[in-house]
Amino acid sequence: MAIANILLVDDEVPFVDTMIKRLTKRNMDVLPAYGGEDALKKLAENKRVEVVILDVKMPGMDGLETLKEIKKEFPLVEVIMLTGHATVESAIDGMKLGAFDYLMKPSDIDLLVEKVTEAAAKKRRHEEKIIEAQMRKITTRGR
Amino acid sequence: MAEILNKRNHGPAYYADFRLKIALRIVIVSLAPLVLVTGIILYQFHVYANQMVHAHLDQLVLKHRQKIDDFLKQKLSDISYLSKSYQFSQLKEKPFLQQRLRALQVDYSYVFVDLGVIDDNGRQVSYAGPFDLDQADYSDSEWFHKARARDTYISDVFLGMRGQPHFIVAVKREWQGRMWLVRATIDFMAFNTLVEDFTMGKTGTAFILNRQGEFQTRAPKGTLKLTLQQYKNLFKMGEDARGNKTGDHIIAPSVLGQNDLFQIAREYEPKIDRYTASPPHKYTTFTVEKKGEDSTRCLVVAAFLKNDDWLLIFQQEKKDAFAKLNETQLIAVFITFAGALLIIFMAFFISGQLVKRIARLDSEKEVMNQQIVETGKLASIGELAAGIAHEINNPVAIMVEEAGWIQDLLSEGIDKGDNFEEFKRALNQIQTQGHRCKGITHKLLSFARKTDSRVETLQINEFVTEVVDLLSQKFKYANINVDVQLNSKLPTIQASATEIQQVLMNILQNAVYAMEKTGGKIIIMTGMDDQHLSVSIKDTGPGIPSDNLARIFDPFFTTRPVGKGTGLGLSICYGIINKMGGRIDVESKVDEGTMFTIVLPLKNPAPIFKENI
Repeated sequence: MAIANILLVDDEVPFVDTMIKRLTKRNMDVLPAYGGEDALKKLAENKRVEVVILDVKMPGMDGLETLKEIKKEFPLVEVIMLTGHATVESAIDGMKLGAFDYLMKPSDIDLLVEKVTEAAAKKRRHEEKIIEAQMRKITTRGR
Repeated sequence: MAEILNKRNHGPAYYADFRLKIALRIVIVSLAPLVLVTGIILYQFHVYANQMVHAHLDQLVLKHRQKIDDFLKQKLSDISYLSKSYQFSQLKEKPFLQQRLRALQVDYSYVFVDLGVIDDNGRQVSYAGPFDLDQADYSDSEWFHKARARDTYISDVFLGMRGQPHFIVAVKREWQGRMWLVRATIDFMAFNTLVEDFTMGKTGTAFILNRQGEFQTRAPKGTLKLTLQQYKNLFKMGEDARGNKTGDHIIAPSVLGQNDLFQIAREYEPKIDRYTASPPHKYTTFTVEKKGEDSTRCLVVAAFLKNDDWLLIFQQEKKDAFAKLNETQLIAVFITFAGALLIIFMAFFISGQLVKRIARLDSEKEVMNQQIVETGKLASIGELAAGIAHEINNPVAIMVEEAGWIQDLLSEGIDKGDNFEEFKRALNQIQTQGHRCKGITHKLLSFARKTDSRVETLQINEFVTEVVDLLSQKFKYANINVDVQLNSKLPTIQASATEIQQVLMNILQNAVYAMEKTGGKIIIMTGMDDQHLSVSIKDTGPGIPSDNLARIFDPFFTTRPVGKGTGLGLSICYGIINKMGGRIDVESKVDEGTMFTIVLPLKNPAPIFKENI
């Protein structure tokens, strides 16, 4: 089983491709998306996605807008923002909007893996709690 | 105002001209009242002093005339008294006459030289005095004939039988049906002192003249200024003056010579002349101004004496008479002149200082402007650099990841699977991204390298393309479509490349900033007419509120948050375009968009020398 199911969102195709190769090598399950709308579409298609790695600066729907949409539609999915120097503020805004963390681009792959792992773990804990609560609800109702 | 950033270099000629203008204004404003007041005061003073001098001289002459008249009258009445107090039987006796003479001499300090009694045949019946004139025959003498015709008589000065200058006072009496004359000789010296002590200043002298032009006193000291004929003419002039009632200025008859003459005849209280039964006339003095033979101007004041037979003449050189006045005027003129010189000096000194200071401030302002422009340039380059850095970040990230991927594969070994092919692909990708970086940095460098403001021949279209290219990444991320419509027939213009870049850059960056959130469209058009070319940059942004529209070109006016904008961009644009002789127009509607139009003349004004800082 993969460490995490990831959706990598960036408008730079070569970047996405290489990252997928590297992350896959590190036992991750990665899907590509090349823009905000694309990411939302992919998320809707693949419910397994646990973590979204999201570039802040993209033409069309930018990172922040995409984040808002993701948090609205898929609240449990954790988002890690990727940012350049000029858009650190946007990343911080993203944190306020519920992003898990942010990383400077280009980032160290190990650090990224670490963050992704944490995020996935958090998501899973989250889901477990939800399942537990639902179970409790069912069992208590059975009495 | 946006003109603050208008670079204008003033040469030394400008400042010299400026200084002259200031100095002249100061001089005119200061000197006009000074000169006017001094002039008026001097003129008034001149008139007043003239009157004073004339009045003073008139008074003196009149007083003397009075004194002399009184003297003569006195002597006459003494003799008259003598003739009435004693019988002719007594007077004919010599001893008695000598006694009388002594009595008179004791009383009048030898004014009377001698006494004589003369019968109607002109024979001196008795005589008392120092000369041997007993039985002298005066029947042929002029004075005897004149004396016989009057009750009283004062003769002119003459030498007579004694060969000394003297004059005679005579009284006519009737005794025993015959006519007798009692006469006395007046000592000429004693009479002379009366007139001689009437001197003034250095050149003022007085003398008495009879109608024949003979001196009745000693001829005046120093030179006679006028010819005898001219003196004689005074008689006629005086009479004319007296007869004239129309005014006190008289143009003297030309008899007096070619010089302009004027006389002032002043009229005084009428007094009865006691010597004759002729109708009373007015005491008058009259004044004549005349150029003497040595061409010094003279003042001649005269008054009639002795029943208009004599003229008391006082003459003084004009510059002497008006010495005080002239001295005062000279002082006043000197002070005015010195004051004027001081004012002129100060005006030039102060204006020089002022202009020097202004020039210094100007050059300081120039430096400030340059610095502001540089700051603006730096700010826009900074903004650009941030964008470029961001743009570079993507290829760099790809390169880093590709390199990382190679490292990942190296840990497995090159020969494993199709790793070698993957290596080649990754290295190619790194190369590709490296070139991409180079392209970006070159764009930035070409923009930042042109920091000198030299004017050259350039094609605006190229610059539009270049700047659009430079900002393409920004447009992309802000979702802005750029539509560039260039007029290919656009002629080249003379301008500074860096400044043109700056202007286009600033306006475009503003447009991007305005539409960053919303996205939109930018239309850039270049066009021309016969005298101008234009670049219009139209966006579909939020527009500029009309309150701000008037202020957008002001330095440091910005709507961006602190630290985001300097507020210098547009003011620099304004300055640059204005300097080139062009203008920037703005049209804006809120919620619809904004259009900036840069209009530049095809014929540029002469390139302006500009220092590089």
